[in-house]
Amino acid sequence: MFYREAGQFKKSYKEDQAILPILQDKIGVVVILLIAFVAIPILASDYWLTAILIPFLVFSLAALGLNLLTGYAGQLSLGTAAFMAVGAFAAYNFELRLPYMPALVSFVLAGLTTAIVGIAFGIPSLRIRGFYLAVATLAAQFFIPWLLVKVGWFTNYSSSGVITTQPIEILGFVFDSPAKRYFLVLSIVAFLALVAKNLVRSNLGRAWMAVRDMDVAAEVIGIKIMRTKLIAFGVSSFYCGVAGALYAYAYLGSVEPDGFNLDLSFRILFMIIIGGIGSIMGSFLGAAFITLLPIFLDIVINEGAEILNLKLAAGVTSIMQLLVFGGLIIFFLIVEPLGLARLWQIAKEKLRLWPFPH
Amino acid sequence: MKLKKVFFISIITLVLNGCGDKSSTDLTSEVEEAAPSQFFGIAGYRVGPYGPSGAPIATGYIDYLTLLNERDGGLNGVRLSWEECETEYNTAKGLECYERLKTRNPLGPTAIHPMSTGITYGLIDKAPVDQIPLITLGYGRTDASDGRVFPWVFPLMTNYWSQASAIVRFIETKEGGEKSLSGKKIVLLYHDSAYGKEPHEILKVEADNFGFDLVMIPVPHPGNEQQSQWMRIKKEQPDWVILWGWGVMSGTSIKTAKKVGFPREKMIGNWWSGAEVDTLAAGPSASTGYIAANMNLSGKNFEVVQEILKHVYQKGKGGDESYVGTVLWNRGVAQAMLTVEAVRNAQAKYGNTPMSGLQVRWGIENLSLTQAKLDELGFGGMVPPITVSCENHEGPGVVRFQQWDGEKWVSISDWVLGDQKLVRKMVEESAAKYASEKNIEYGCSS
Repeated sequence: MFYREAGQFKKSYKEDQAILPILQDKIGVVVILLIAFVAIPILASDYWLTAILIPFLVFSLAALGLNLLTGYAGQLSLGTAAFMAVGAFAAYNFELRLPYMPALVSFVLAGLTTAIVGIAFGIPSLRIRGFYLAVATLAAQFFIPWLLVKVGWFTNYSSSGVITTQPIEILGFVFDSPAKRYFLVLSIVAFLALVAKNLVRSNLGRAWMAVRDMDVAAEVIGIKIMRTKLIAFGVSSFYCGVAGALYAYAYLGSVEPDGFNLDLSFRILFMIIIGGIGSIMGSFLGAAFITLLPIFLDIVINEGAEILNLKLAAGVTSIMQLLVFGGLIIFFLIVEPLGLARLWQIAKEKLRLWPFPH
Repeated sequence: MKLKKVFFISIITLVLNGCGDKSSTDLTSEVEEAAPSQFFGIAGYRVGPYGPSGAPIATGYIDYLTLLNERDGGLNGVRLSWEECETEYNTAKGLECYERLKTRNPLGPTAIHPMSTGITYGLIDKAPVDQIPLITLGYGRTDASDGRVFPWVFPLMTNYWSQASAIVRFIETKEGGEKSLSGKKIVLLYHDSAYGKEPHEILKVEADNFGFDLVMIPVPHPGNEQQSQWMRIKKEQPDWVILWGWGVMSGTSIKTAKKVGFPREKMIGNWWSGAEVDTLAAGPSASTGYIAANMNLSGKNFEVVQEILKHVYQKGKGGDESYVGTVLWNRGVAQAMLTVEAVRNAQAKYGNTPMSGLQVRWGIENLSLTQAKLDELGFGGMVPPITVSCENHEGPGVVRFQQWDGEKWVSISDWVLGDQKLVRKMVEESAAKYASEKNIEYGCSS
């Protein structure tokens, strides 16, 4: 009834090619952005901002980066956390050695550094694919944290290898409160998500999808495989690098190389699998599922036990949370193997007919 | 189709439950406000790869708080309350716990023990803003011992560098006194992580001072396979091996040492590799002779342990009796005692009401527990006397050595002090570097 495109005519190519061709979608996105940019900074508590929303946005960005590579270009990668580590340590070193540089510039440079590293580790993708490529990117996952621990210069010779980030400062303005940091992260993520959305609708995005679907056919119709794959690695790593820098600067405040372990890479991979492979929105949905659900379950289980007057040992609640979480992942994948983004798409199609399906 | 319906309904009920629970939390917190309590936020870990080491500590901490509530009705008439949050030794989860515990009480948590070096680093910048003292007993940032730069961080009792230096002193006495170390060879077998790298610098300096050869061999995480490292140790033929392990690594080291025939009497673990979980994992007989440095003694012969057994476990309010008297459980009890004594100290100045983080910080910084006071509390012999000041957030800096006799740990030394002059010099240098990196103006305000 409300979600219907009947009567909305497109009168030019420009209108036809708009990101959001339907009026209701436009309104929806504007409302979401208003809530995110205006309502949340005013209403949300520090706990919500620092422990829930900032990590959600940072992981969304990392998942988005991985989704460009795995979902759109079809190159499976297990090195996401390592690329985030490159971004975090690159930003730290840029800020440390060039103290007057605005944080935003450091983040961009960190992204570019990561892109170069990503391209280097993407070279094997020219010869191998699928699971074998995953193993090659696994090399990055082990090599990069090892290198960061081994070479003291990267951590400014910190005795323990842990770096503490400098304050985020842009032209004299310091992002010191959770709300300001949230605002910064949100702006960066929103901008990069818009860029990503446009990228995948462009010539390059179509080339990625062609390579993903059948690389021999793509080569036959004139797509340069090497260039396309390496750009995919570069762009994806750029996103992961910026996410890594934000992870260190806006979220944790201090990181060590060991924090960027295989576990984190898998978490991000699960985000895109659950959210939806090959979907910008899926990256956000997946990140929300993986980061927010455990916290939600933890609270529900603890409070539930309190209401029912059950005395649970602290370890038991954590284990229960893992059990329920794992169960929900399996349940979701059975209900919708294509991810949450597909679920949303189905809902939209249903809404078009609602309330008169016939 | 039906499956989906069931699923959506369950999701909706889940969400509604969540909302319902929220309002009930508000209710309970109102009740708490009516009878204000001293709230202890506990960030611990009982699951994950380090869970076996984390569980006894958290249990000991809670058992001691329970003891005070059961036996004394709290602290000077103020009930103690607490909430445990599971961090899984993961920095991101730890920060979430910190933010959550922060909101739980009008006064916030009394003090936080992050129980992980990674989480400590993440909280160092937040603690001054939120005015919550961090107590990092034997882990975390070593240079935080300089309270002028880190007013909110307290690595109480002793830190990694004091410990490394004390281990070298201990080896010296074992070898036969002064100058006996020259020409000897010591291997540092360490967990290849931030934690394992902590003692490198000071051991290098000590190697120069004493004239021994230092060989450092890393073990990659998690350390459950050490054949090649121990083959190398066999080749090097060291006089002593210092083990800087954590979790599964420590037990594996002891086991592999036995396999390659290295005498366990020549192995010294640090305090994170010297608990029952490590020796039992290696096999009680394989570990016989293994020595470990410790900041607290194990065993049930202390008055406070007997009190806890009597007032807490006999009433069925204890956590897990199998932990009682172990190294890590006793450490948890000692952690709780130090925190509680800081509150008591603050109450003496500010009055017998629940203390805020700011007041507790004063309480820790002016804490002085003499031997007589420790005896009175039932901790005599378990922990060393401790005096904290603004310059020195560490305290005594002594460790004690225990040896595994096949069944239990036996103390084989008095409290051993390292080269405090050297440690202090390195701490101040490192802290000054941090202060200049962060533009901190430092000094003692009071």
